[in-house]
Amino acid sequence: MFQLRQKVVQRSDPLIVLAPILAILLALVLGGILLLLLGRDPILAYRAMWDGAIGNPFENLTSLANTFTRAIPLMLVATGICVAFRGGVINIGSEGQLFVGALAVVALSANVGDSLPALIYVPLSLVVGFAGGAIWGAIPGFLRARFSVNEILCTIMMNQIAIQLLNIMLSGPLRDPSANVTQSARLPEAVWLGRMLPPTRLHTGIFVALIATVVTWLLLWRTPIGYRIRAVGQNREASRYAGISVPVYIILALTLSGGLAGLGGAVELTGVSRRMVSGFAAGYGFSGIVVAIFGRLHPLGAIPSALLFSAMVTGAERMQRTVQVHYETIIAIQGIVVLFAVSSSMWVQRRAAKRLAIDVSMSRSDDKPGSDAGDVRPAEA
Amino acid sequence: MDERTLLDVLVAASALTLASAMPFLYSALGEVFSQLSGVFNLGVEGIMLMGAFVSIYFASDMGLDAGLLAGVLAGIVTGAVLGLVMAFVSVTMHADQGISGIGITLVGRGLSTTLFILLADGVLLVESFQPVRIPLLSDLPILGDIFFNQNVMVYGALLLVPLTAWLLRRTTWGLQIRAVGQNPAAADAMGVDVVRVRYSAVILGGAMAGLAGASMPLALTNVFQVNMTAGLGFIAVAMVYFGGWSPWRVMVGSLLFSAAYNLQIWVQVLDVKLFGETIPVNILLMMPYVLAIIVLVFARDMQRFRPQAMNRPFRRGD
Repeated sequence: MFQLRQKVVQRSDPLIVLAPILAILLALVLGGILLLLLGRDPILAYRAMWDGAIGNPFENLTSLANTFTRAIPLMLVATGICVAFRGGVINIGSEGQLFVGALAVVALSANVGDSLPALIYVPLSLVVGFAGGAIWGAIPGFLRARFSVNEILCTIMMNQIAIQLLNIMLSGPLRDPSANVTQSARLPEAVWLGRMLPPTRLHTGIFVALIATVVTWLLLWRTPIGYRIRAVGQNREASRYAGISVPVYIILALTLSGGLAGLGGAVELTGVSRRMVSGFAAGYGFSGIVVAIFGRLHPLGAIPSALLFSAMVTGAERMQRTVQVHYETIIAIQGIVVLFAVSSSMWVQRRAAKRLAIDVSMSRSDDKPGSDAGDVRPAEA
Repeated sequence: MDERTLLDVLVAASALTLASAMPFLYSALGEVFSQLSGVFNLGVEGIMLMGAFVSIYFASDMGLDAGLLAGVLAGIVTGAVLGLVMAFVSVTMHADQGISGIGITLVGRGLSTTLFILLADGVLLVESFQPVRIPLLSDLPILGDIFFNQNVMVYGALLLVPLTAWLLRRTTWGLQIRAVGQNPAAADAMGVDVVRVRYSAVILGGAMAGLAGASMPLALTNVFQVNMTAGLGFIAVAMVYFGGWSPWRVMVGSLLFSAAYNLQIWVQVLDVKLFGETIPVNILLMMPYVLAIIVLVFARDMQRFRPQAMNRPFRRGD
């Protein structure tokens, strides 16, 4: 896989920084050509995108605040995906984990009501959101570790199950009885995250997201637990011989990964919508994968990467209004970015091999079965 | 309900289940080729969406009005092109296959939606393939109405099962596919062009996913909807695991999942109740995915058939 290879060449090659930027530019150019073919003015479209995402910050902060608001759950989801990746498992289930995290907070508030002070209520809601997502991540983790069920497929299925679970809850137990549409009741005010820049919806969850990314980074690179997660991710066999319990760390990686996505659901709920509606936060899961890959699977990389992709999505909504191009165009562009990003890694690697004359066997050690993410053979306890 | 009508309803439900196994069959059989050659193509979902849109856009009189056959062909070509992209990214560029597949899925999803809204204003209807009664066989009691009164695309999907099995077991190309998926280095040493064989398998897999997409609007629902596959392509990939990379077992899986997708109908027909209450629709909608996970757990034994080189790019000299 590609995260390792890139690590070898860090600091030595300007291309490592340029490649992702080139990927974005190329994807935008391709998108522009598509717009042109469809008879739309790409310049106009991209200008609308810029206005929607950034605008003129000296006059009006609204666009920028929208971009930051949307980056919050993306950052958390992407950080979670990084943890799974570093542990050698691919988590495509962030969408479901985010739903279940948010759903857990709704269930909490339905039971507790407004009997708690904000000082306890808000942290409690974050913990509950994390726990909800963690459970949804732990299930595929357990199945992976115990029954060697392909975690990519399993997490995808868990997404669909979560969507139906959400619908069941919203049309049944958690439904707002006074509303005609399927949605939950409004959360009590004590659990809301504060808004920082009214009338925009930028909320204090951004600090939660920033702290979570930094803590995750410290966990992965500065603690024994993180070290073991990464060791298992790089080579399961070697980790096993070193006495690390591989199944435990696979489960842990997916649990933490799910927990961070669940946290993303919790802050999106208490900060933005403040009630659960069907179609809540849809699409964050898949965008989170793109963000994580683009941030080079590093929690701190997820911060700028989340802002960039949030800007693209936020801008796409304005583009839809201005040039009548459906905002899902941006999903296609994200897909192209992914393809460029994963493809360019080999290219960068080859250049690096030439420049540094790295021992060939070393640079390829990550192709061994242990780190093969799609590998479904037993991880052997 | 008296005896006679119950039987009729059961037959109709069975026929529908068989027909809706069709997209699973096309896509999962295509994925068998791809995975046996060593490429885990998770892009099936996106390829199906593009295939579905392009095919109905060609066929519908609200689009290009070029006829059903042109629609099917357009779907196949679209799938092959996206298969080529997948092959380039994963075989030539050695990219991680799971992630490349997600990239393809995002492209297919975004592009099909964009084009659907822009080119067709969000409405596409088509006069779909009509059932063709097969003489004599369709007169069989019960079986005739289930198996021999379907449309051509359903017959095609069923015929593909033995054809795929034959291709993979009895032709040089089929054996080459399996060889490059099991041990590319050995195949390479024997003079098999690993890259070329993998390209051909992935492109064929893509074409079949495109065909699977085309079969949905043209032979099943007669409309296109945004994200109409709704995870069906991912289930098709799971089914290949369940089927242990064997076309016949993949067919069993397709029928099983098709029944799960039509659970609502079956529950109604058979009047199934849970603690004396009607089962909520959402629980029924959840079932195919729950089933998929259960099946993946129990299909563990199938892992022995797994192509050993799947998900691993080939470089000569490794």
